[in-house]
Amino acid sequence: MAKTAIALTVNGEAVEALVEPRTLLVHFLREQLNLTGTHIGCDTTHCGACTVDFDGRSVKSCTLFAVQAEGAEIRTIEGMAGADGTLHPLQEGFREMHGLQCGFCTPGMIMRAYRLLQENPRPTEDEIRTGMAGNLCRCTGYQNIVRAIQFAAAKIAGDSLQEAAE
Amino acid sequence: MIPGPFAYHRPRSLAEAVALCAAHPDDGRPLAGGHSLVPMMKLRLATPDHLIDLGAVAELKGVRREGNGWVIGATTTQAALITDPNLAQAIPILRETAQQIADPQVRSCGTIGGNVANGDPGNDMPALMMCLDATFRLAGANGTREVKARDFYQGAYVTALEPGELLTAITIPHPPAGHGYAYEKLKRKIGDYATAAAAVMLTLAGGRITTCAISLTNVAPTPLLAADAAAATIGQKPEEATFAEAAHRAEAITEPTPDGRGPADYRTKMAGVMVRRALARAVARASA
Repeated sequence: MAKTAIALTVNGEAVEALVEPRTLLVHFLREQLNLTGTHIGCDTTHCGACTVDFDGRSVKSCTLFAVQAEGAEIRTIEGMAGADGTLHPLQEGFREMHGLQCGFCTPGMIMRAYRLLQENPRPTEDEIRTGMAGNLCRCTGYQNIVRAIQFAAAKIAGDSLQEAAE
Repeated sequence: MIPGPFAYHRPRSLAEAVALCAAHPDDGRPLAGGHSLVPMMKLRLATPDHLIDLGAVAELKGVRREGNGWVIGATTTQAALITDPNLAQAIPILRETAQQIADPQVRSCGTIGGNVANGDPGNDMPALMMCLDATFRLAGANGTREVKARDFYQGAYVTALEPGELLTAITIPHPPAGHGYAYEKLKRKIGDYATAAAAVMLTLAGGRITTCAISLTNVAPTPLLAADAAAATIGQKPEEATFAEAAHRAEAITEPTPDGRGPADYRTKMAGVMVRRALARAVARASA
């Protein structure tokens, strides 16, 4: 099958590639760009493990073709920590608040939470639960995921971490 | 799961998109949000040879006021419907319904045009479009035509769209100021299709219901306009007896399929419950 040329930005870097049109975005990210932090969970648009940030919105990369990302700006979990390895407040929050157990859903959780906090920097617990409704976790029961996002929101806003932890 | 191979087209203009669809009436599919089509392609239940991506066609996106109504471009996403301040003011039931579709990621891709054109009885927007008396603009090789939402749905996944035609826009009459509205959806969990759902738009004057439209989601092979149910409310006081009669008449037109959401008679009863709740909430929101 003929390949299509695409040009896009991934984690701030310009990427040009040839892809078969039927290549899903998540396969492109994982197998062509070796960005394996984005996970494939259900592969049916339900679980959110494959969530990435795509032109300022959260999308499930198992349900888009890579060719649809022509011209797009994409951010994946690999683009969250600073160049010196400093964790993003969300990453720190998931660690500090035990927001993960097996960790499989975590990259999707963090990428969705990243966009949620851009749209609503100080969400209530209800708003977090509604905003994270497209991401499934089979381990935690969500309680600590909510706390992790609250931790990050507080840290980004500059509140004291003691306050956030309570 | 990887879909079968296809030739990919990315038209830049509406004219180009319409021409491509018309050139591939049987072996092509337009791709909007793709959140119904791509899963079907992964399962090889849809195997188009040509995929016509509407993502770069700016003319298909956006919401504008036109004459006495609103025009919504086919590839306007559910998320855009939720955040559009003018629509939230003029037709708040659109936001209320869109918020009950799927989850945030899906709503950031899923489009109103795809939702109404696919003919999936589980989709929420088709019944709402019937309730709002919307009109669909269809473009094809022989020009454009308009079909009322109320005349569009013929069976599960069967609509008035001809092969090679593209749904380009939806027009909705501007609802009267002070109208009451509600979309009540019973679902098992976030992201699920409705067990049953009801849309209501009404107006009140002098303590009576003066206009009313009611429609139902996912309790028949097509969305249903519950015209008899709505007629039963006209001129009546907005009280429980009126709502119960409307619910009774709405239940009478359902033909639900038993599935994981429940047996047929349960879903029929739930359609009635949704109608009663939607009427009560719409009345509470209307200016008398």
